[in-house]
This record gives sequence, C-alpha cells and structure tokens, in this order.
Amino acid sequence: MTDIATGTANSDTPLLRTPLYDLHLELGARMVPFAGYSMPVQYPAGLIAEHLHTRTAAGLFDVSHMGQLSIGGADAAPALESLMPVDVIGLAPGRQRYGTLLNDNAGILDDLMFTRRASDFLVIVNGACKVADTAHIQQHIGARCQVTPLPGAALLALQGPLAATALERLVPGVSGLIFMSGNSLVWQGQELFITRSGYTGEDGFEISIPSEAALAFARAVLQQPEVKPIGLGARNSLRLEAGLCLYGNDIDSNTTPAEANLLWAVQKVRRNGGARAGGFPGAQRLLAQIDAGCARVRVGLRALERVPVREHTALHVPGRAAVGEVTSGLLGPTADAPIAMAYVAVAHSVPGTRLDAMVRGKPVPMQICPMPFVPHRYHRG
Amino acid sequence: MSLKYTVEHEWVDADHAVATVGITHHAQDALGDVVFVELPEVGKTFAQGEVTGVVESVKAAADVYMPVSGEIVEVNEALRDEPALANTDPLGAGWFFKVRLSNSAELDALMDEAAYKALTH
Repeated sequence: MTDIATGTANSDTPLLRTPLYDLHLELGARMVPFAGYSMPVQYPAGLIAEHLHTRTAAGLFDVSHMGQLSIGGADAAPALESLMPVDVIGLAPGRQRYGTLLNDNAGILDDLMFTRRASDFLVIVNGACKVADTAHIQQHIGARCQVTPLPGAALLALQGPLAATALERLVPGVSGLIFMSGNSLVWQGQELFITRSGYTGEDGFEISIPSEAALAFARAVLQQPEVKPIGLGARNSLRLEAGLCLYGNDIDSNTTPAEANLLWAVQKVRRNGGARAGGFPGAQRLLAQIDAGCARVRVGLRALERVPVREHTALHVPGRAAVGEVTSGLLGPTADAPIAMAYVAVAHSVPGTRLDAMVRGKPVPMQICPMPFVPHRYHRG
Repeated sequence: MSLKYTVEHEWVDADHAVATVGITHHAQDALGDVVFVELPEVGKTFAQGEVTGVVESVKAAADVYMPVSGEIVEVNEALRDEPALANTDPLGAGWFFKVRLSNSAELDALMDEAAYKALTH
C-alpha cells in the first residue's frame, strides 16, 4: 500500500503557521501542507466523527490561511464591482455576498466573500490565491481605492446547529445576526468582525480576530460543551455535501460562472438588460453564455454503488463516449453515499441522467442529482 | 503469529502455506476512516508487487499490493459491508485476503516486526 498521506512537506519552502499552530499540535492534530501553511487535516476523533459532529453540534475550524483584505475609500463599491459580475453597489451595509474574480475570458481567478462594513469592504479570499488576488486587485483598482491586506488577523469558523448557542455565551448579541450579514462585536476587549456564514451548509459564523487574541479566543470557544475542533478533511467533505465549490478543483481560471452553475451569484443588474450590465472582465463571454447557454456545466452526481468516485474520473454515457469528468468526489458521511461534482456536456446534465464513472477500468453507475446533497440549514432570520 | 511486513504497509501472516494479508496499524492510521475496500477475485493469481485492489478513506485512496506471489483463495467479505474493520482491527477482523503461496522464499525478504517498526518510527 502506498500513497499514504504522511503530512510531511517535500517542498523546500518552509510552511507558514497560523496563530493556532501550537494549539493544533496540543490537540493531537495531523498537520499537512495546505496553501503554503501547515494546517490540521484531522484531529484524533477522525474525519467522519468531526464531520458528523459539525452536522449535529458545533465545530471550530482554523481558516487563518485564508486571505483577508480591506477595500476602502469613497469609490470602493464601484471599483470592486468592476472586477466581478456581482452587485456590489447595491449591497446594504452589514450584508455579505459571494462573488467571483474573473479574467478577461470570464474564467474564475478566485471565489470570495465580501461584507460591506461602515467604512470599507472586508473581503475573504482563498489562501492559495491570496497573493495573486491582492496583486490583481491592486493592479486594476488600486488607484481608485485603498486595498489593504490584513495579515495581522486570524480567521476562525464556528459551524453547526449549536454554533449560535455556543458563541452567544462568549459574544452576547451574536445570535442576532442573520445568514450573510456581519457586524463588529467585542470579546474581552478585543474587536471581532463576525459574519453569519461559512462553507459547510450549516448555520454558523466566521470570525475575524486580531492574531494575538486568536489563541485565547479559540480556547474559550473549545471550552463550550457543544464545540470540538474540526480539520480540513471534514471541511472538504462538509462543503462537498453542501454543493459548494472548492477552488482549484471545481472552479478555476478555465471555468466561467455560467459553466460552474454559479449564476445565482450573478445578480440581474449585471446581466444583459440590467441597469449596470457588463463592465467586468470577461463580460462579453459570460453574458453570451448566460443568454445562449454553454457547452458544459457543473453538476452533482450520486453513485448507485458504494464505490467512491474521485476527481479526474471520466464520466461516460453507459457503454459509449466520455461526456464529462469528476472534479471532486468522496463518500459523503452524512449523505451516506459516494457523491461527486463534475463537468458534463449540457445534453447529459439533466437530473436523473445515468452516467458511468470509469473507476480503475470498471464502470460505476452514477446518477445526476440536484445539489446540495445535504440540505442547507442557514439561519435566515 | 509471526507477522512479516512490506514497505507498502501490508502485513503477511506467514505461518501457513496459505498466508493471510492485511494492512498495518500504521497504514490504517495514516489513511484515516476507511470507507471502501476493493478486494481481488478469488481464484485470481498475482505476482509479487502487483496491484490487487484499493483501500480508500474519505480523503485518500491507496493501492494494495500483493506482498507474496500466489493465488487468492479467500477474501474478507465482511469488509464490503464494514470497511471500518480495517481501522478498528487491522491485524484481526480487518484482514483483506488469503493467498496460496507460489514461492515461499519470497517471505524471507519481507521485514520482521523490528525492521517494520524501524521503518515507521
């Protein structure tokens, strides 16, 4: 047996550490290289137990490898809007939205979350993309607004149906937030910026906190009886069950928001016929795809046998040609079945369509199904 | 039991002409929660080092190699319904398959427990 993940880095570049690195070791985490950081992939409880705990109680994730940016100034909203096919100008103060940075071909450079605060936007980007994103944003809108990376802030996520109960004890008032909104709140004299959001499909929060306070805060959260630490392994299985894309797998610079089935994140005001249609990189191609359709599209699939189907697996019309490829796949612990995301030719993308995944030369029957695989349970107020 | 070990983290119970094969405690620990085991077909013959199947956790998949040449005479059907046996009892109820040895001299080149421990620590 080979290819066991050992957690050892074979790169010459030393791995970065988040402010919670020592805590992860103390908790017995298995650390792996991820986005240039040494990150916990799982704790002794194991991936499945951590996944199920998050779905039934509350899980604490260290996501401090992710990039945090402040984009401020009088022109910040139209400037940010010029980079994404998203309604930024119309976002109310205190509200949060999902967006995609596009290249000139409408390919996705990164996906991100942004919140309109009193005097700036707080933008959260993927760890592996943060250096390139910052350069891209600076280059295109740096002259119109203040783009400030926030390397002095850690980011924690508390996710699960009991997350609000647990966090309310430490940060009174936090349970007043609704899904996709955020506010500044204080814990022991430290200012936290908390949004009610996350990437698991569950209710929960993401907490931006000064690095020097992160360790004490994480310990306080972990002392709550509902909360256990959760690694990146379960974060991946939770997000896949929730139908959420992993940048680098399910979306990248060669996929557009239309192909990625992310048009819910392209508001009508930016589409043809909208008051501020176009005006973002790749607009011509994306708007044409929205109106005329595209050749391939991201779909969800469920295997009809209990065989995991992983990324890069080819999907065939049974007995015939390949019509797509899996981009993420695993046995979903809550779905209790092998699930996957894939890009398939539009003609074969209708829910209910049977396709064969070719796993080690043998067909595994799969069926296209709607996402999410596990219902979202956001707190919409 | 006098177990022998491979660098691919399989164990071989080599006391008999028919040897039992499984994955080591170290292997199951590194993989994490096992959710799927693809077992070889009974009656099929493999040369030493050939891939017989796969063991998968939620996050990873790993090939299982034939530690000693021979014919598969039995597979652990219990793993199909309860792959987690590979985690909970890797040296016992979580065994993978039994093989009729075609060249018992191959056993001599495998590691003993002390050598395997040195490899994995």
